[in-house]
Amino acid sequence: MADVTFTVDGKKLTAPAGTLLIDACKAAGIEVPAFCYYPGLSLQAACRMCVVRLEKVPKLQTACTTTVAEGMVVYTETDEIKQARKATIELLLGNHPLDCPVCDAGGECELQDMTFKYGAGESKYVEIKQHREEQQWSPVVYFDRPRCILCYRCVRVCGEGMDVWALGVENRGVSSVIAPNGGDHLNCEECGMCIDICPVGALTSGTYRYKTRPWEMNHVGTVCTHCGDGCKTTLGVRAVNDGVEIIRGDNRDKSGINGDFLCIKGRYAFDFANNQERLTKPLVRQADGKLASVNWEHAIDFAAQRLKEVRGSRGGKAIGVIGSNRTTNEENYLLQKFARTVLGTNNIDHHRTADYAAFTAALQGRADREASLRDFASAPAILLLGNDPTEQHPALAWQIRTNVRLNRARLYVANHAEIKLRRQAKAAVTIPQIGYASFVEYLSGNDGVFAGNANTSAFRDSVRKEESLLIVFGSEFRGRDIASLVQFGLSLPNVKFACLGDYANSRGAADMGVLPDLLPGYVPVSAPAHFAEEYGSALPTEPGFDMVEMFDAATRGDLSALYVVGSNPVARYGMDASALKNTFLIVQDMFLTETAVLADVIFPSANLYEKAGTATNTYGDLQLVKKAADKAGVRTDFELIVRLAEKMGTHPKNLVPFGKGVRADFGQSRGVQSGEADRHAVWLAANDLEPKLSPFDPFAIFDEIQRLVPAYNVPRLNLLAGNDEHLKSELVQIDTNATRRDLVLPSQDGLYTSGTLGNYSAKLKEVVASHTTMNATETAAD
Amino acid sequence: MPRLVSHPDEVKIISRRFGLGATDIGKYIELDGYKAVQAAISKGPEWIISEMKASGLRGRGGAGFPTGMKWSFVPKQSEKAKYVLVNGDESEPGTCKDHLIFLYDPHAVIEGTMIAGIAIGAKMGFIYLRGEYRYLLKIMEKAVADAYAKGFLGKNIFGSGVDFDIVTQTGAGAYEVGEESALMESLEGKRGVPRIKPPFPAVVGLYGGPTVINNVETIASVPHILLMSGEAYAKVGSERNGGTRLFGISGHVERPGVYELPMGYNLKKAIYDVAGGVRGGKKLKAVVPGGSSTPVLTADEIDVGLDFDQMGKAGTMLGSGGIVVLDETVCMVEFALRTIKFYQHESCGWCIPCREGTDWLKKSITRLHEGGAVDKDIDNIRYLAENMLGRTFCPLGDAAAMPTIGFVQKFRKEFEDHLNGRGCPYKHSLEREEALV
Repeated sequence: MADVTFTVDGKKLTAPAGTLLIDACKAAGIEVPAFCYYPGLSLQAACRMCVVRLEKVPKLQTACTTTVAEGMVVYTETDEIKQARKATIELLLGNHPLDCPVCDAGGECELQDMTFKYGAGESKYVEIKQHREEQQWSPVVYFDRPRCILCYRCVRVCGEGMDVWALGVENRGVSSVIAPNGGDHLNCEECGMCIDICPVGALTSGTYRYKTRPWEMNHVGTVCTHCGDGCKTTLGVRAVNDGVEIIRGDNRDKSGINGDFLCIKGRYAFDFANNQERLTKPLVRQADGKLASVNWEHAIDFAAQRLKEVRGSRGGKAIGVIGSNRTTNEENYLLQKFARTVLGTNNIDHHRTADYAAFTAALQGRADREASLRDFASAPAILLLGNDPTEQHPALAWQIRTNVRLNRARLYVANHAEIKLRRQAKAAVTIPQIGYASFVEYLSGNDGVFAGNANTSAFRDSVRKEESLLIVFGSEFRGRDIASLVQFGLSLPNVKFACLGDYANSRGAADMGVLPDLLPGYVPVSAPAHFAEEYGSALPTEPGFDMVEMFDAATRGDLSALYVVGSNPVARYGMDASALKNTFLIVQDMFLTETAVLADVIFPSANLYEKAGTATNTYGDLQLVKKAADKAGVRTDFELIVRLAEKMGTHPKNLVPFGKGVRADFGQSRGVQSGEADRHAVWLAANDLEPKLSPFDPFAIFDEIQRLVPAYNVPRLNLLAGNDEHLKSELVQIDTNATRRDLVLPSQDGLYTSGTLGNYSAKLKEVVASHTTMNATETAAD
Repeated sequence: MPRLVSHPDEVKIISRRFGLGATDIGKYIELDGYKAVQAAISKGPEWIISEMKASGLRGRGGAGFPTGMKWSFVPKQSEKAKYVLVNGDESEPGTCKDHLIFLYDPHAVIEGTMIAGIAIGAKMGFIYLRGEYRYLLKIMEKAVADAYAKGFLGKNIFGSGVDFDIVTQTGAGAYEVGEESALMESLEGKRGVPRIKPPFPAVVGLYGGPTVINNVETIASVPHILLMSGEAYAKVGSERNGGTRLFGISGHVERPGVYELPMGYNLKKAIYDVAGGVRGGKKLKAVVPGGSSTPVLTADEIDVGLDFDQMGKAGTMLGSGGIVVLDETVCMVEFALRTIKFYQHESCGWCIPCREGTDWLKKSITRLHEGGAVDKDIDNIRYLAENMLGRTFCPLGDAAAMPTIGFVQKFRKEFEDHLNGRGCPYKHSLEREEALV
């Protein structure tokens, strides 16, 4: 729309006609206070805090419902307005319990801020306040009615934002109260959006309430460790006896790719880190077959010597490496470099949840064909094939819903199941679970392979008429099916794609070459190009064993050692535990998992919240991982790989080119509270290393990644500032005709599960249990 | 059935069929019923609207917006269906005029709705009765059914080729839905909370379509205006206030009741002549002139004409035409309390100033009435009311604030008499208060 010029507090401003005055003011740095106004949600005009004076209008007007107009003259902070706001605050405080000293929101409460600003310091009433007992609505949501100011943000974010509609208003007048749809409990997705959006301390979090004051925490913005969406989360952390503990996850500053969204896992399921079963000491299997704790030096040395022996006696081919979907890009890169240059093997793989290699092959190096998670919030049309984003990619579902709601984006859904996003769909078709490939053929215009009907035909026509389209697909598509889908997409104008994988850094694991046949950036091992030069030693050029082959080889006795980093193939990939009877097994994990119990050496490792580096979400958005928490006794996977290599006789500099190129701290510096800085200094000094140039500096590896993997050569400053950078699509072109085994196994995680990690989250379990009880009760009542 | 009252000064236009059995469709037709709508069909929308403008009819719900102008705001072309909505949520304390129209002349409401529909190009009308008028629904529903049976409603009404349907609906007992946009929310099956304006109903109303919403009395006046001509109707009333109005005179008068008086009729005459003066020869203390939300007038202020403009000049409002007369035995604090209790109970709770303000007013005035207040509490009550005024989402907050300011301003002495533990000097008050609760 055309711009209009208007005056606010004497300043001439310009904004597009139709802009809300409150937004126009905000853009110009003029704050108009509001409780009920929330960008992106429907207008309420209920709190009356944003009242302003418009010249020639008799009454004060709400800035949240006034659109700017040419020549409009506005005053936002006159005595009359200040008095109006003060009176409103006085009214709110009349019934407010003023229990700020014990309130979770104390110190970050909008009502406190407004009271401070407008100075409603006098008590005008002596009557008893309205009171209601505090209620627990779910394991993660508590409601303290007296603190509620009825701004309806929670009601709207739950209904409009989440499409859950679990909250409403009960009663009327001064008895009005926010109430859950289940009467005394919530039937919802437990996302906790209502808690974060609450301007006061009325809705409080089951994991955070009464734990701390906000100013006693440090707030660290990092990447969520759960699903492939890679939401940015701000972790509230506090020093405790054995490290630094996470108390809260939120995203109130809306700084990440996820806007203000977080799901239950991002917001609450960090508690695995404090699980009682967390390993904090290295374990080595003794002659009696039992695991015993030993010191770190001994454990690393023991493992390194055994690997050296195998390498010496049977060569790298007898050693396997399994990487993780939840470690950083730097760790993944380092792991494959370690496997290929130190162990001398291409036997490296990870639990694949999406066929990124095939996706990359299909794109054939075309630029700008991959959609960022951000794109889903603004694209005019989206075609969703397979997957159930509401359960598996909640942030994607949020972006799509928001886009449909605010921009009237057209969503096309083809799925074998009745997924929830169908509610937002302009058109939806049900296709057989095995029919995705033929449906793509059908979309391409081949009628023969798919039994279409009027509905599918109309669907196809609409999709093909779109002039700008995002195509997003789940793990239903692999290998050649991805190639055909991409081919179909490329026949339409302005198409971008997104391939959905399951864990926090699945994409990173594939991009970084944790694969038996591909080096970082999908460079084939058979033609290692610049890697051969960089890595110095003679790289193995034969593709190694994949995950399944490694276990087969172990069964045959051809795999003498297996190094598993942050993965649980026995439980999550259905691998046969007995295959590893005669294999020396090293496992790096947080817990004694189904795989770890079989190990000869177990290194307790740090999780993604306890380390620094970068991670790539499934859409190819690269983000900075910052160290937020700490646990005494555990080491990062990065450090463990370097130390293992060092004990095997490789100089750390051969693995990590630290001390050259750009150095940055990467958030790796520890406070004295963790004691780690000292620990490192001692070790470095003992090894004749420069103390400030650490071989454990992920940034040294990130330098190398940026140099060797062109797609990762994104502006670094923006990344370091905590922003996401979308990868360039120039991943190396790989052989499109190579046949790879289909090893994709989706995690099958929903909103309340998260692989092995989820098993150790008490909060997730509690939520699942409460839903089970609820369902049982409701069934019994039926 | 209530007893009908009458007075020679009355000009019976809307009430001319009251008591004549016009609930029967045959009788209604005999009394010139359904003639106006046929004229409307043959002469068309422009004629209707020009007659309405000429009549000077102003909205009888209380706001007094010129009806003809309101209708002319509806866009001629609309993608969405247009609607006529009759606001029968008569809930303003002291008001009981629409009740009589439903009771004695339901077909006039139907006919008026049809005419409004023809004027704006709507094919559907809704007649919304307040929840407490559920017992009148039978009468209204029968009238609608009879009109359908005669072919007056439905397809091709009066052979005009135009279709028109009417649906009746009751509320669930909220004063707030008397506000036009809250009524639409209620009718759509939602919580009765007002909408943000603009857009106004004439552009985006019921189910998103352009909607004319009028008070029952306004709608029931329409057929009469068309029959007698807008000009003739305008002549009956005062300047810029055409026609007559049903005034409900209640309280301490000898002959309480609903009287149809020409606009501009003197309030003092209405009380002393029409309603027979103050009951039992007692002294008049105060008059609430147009429903409980209008600022009170003292006994000295009642020599004023009953129309929108003259009442505005007198510092109050014509409102809904519900005149409440209070004699010298009334405790004004108690009356203020009774008034604010109503608004506290009826506040929908949507916005802060009204939700919290009405509650604190109620609590403060209750304490003051019981003698538990000190001097600054009176100022505080006024401060509260003044800070609600003009700050709320809808006029309900004003409706609570305006009379409260009036009571404190004009009867401050009575408020002071209650202070410092003295309590209510009108000994009967507290007992009556309990009976009321």
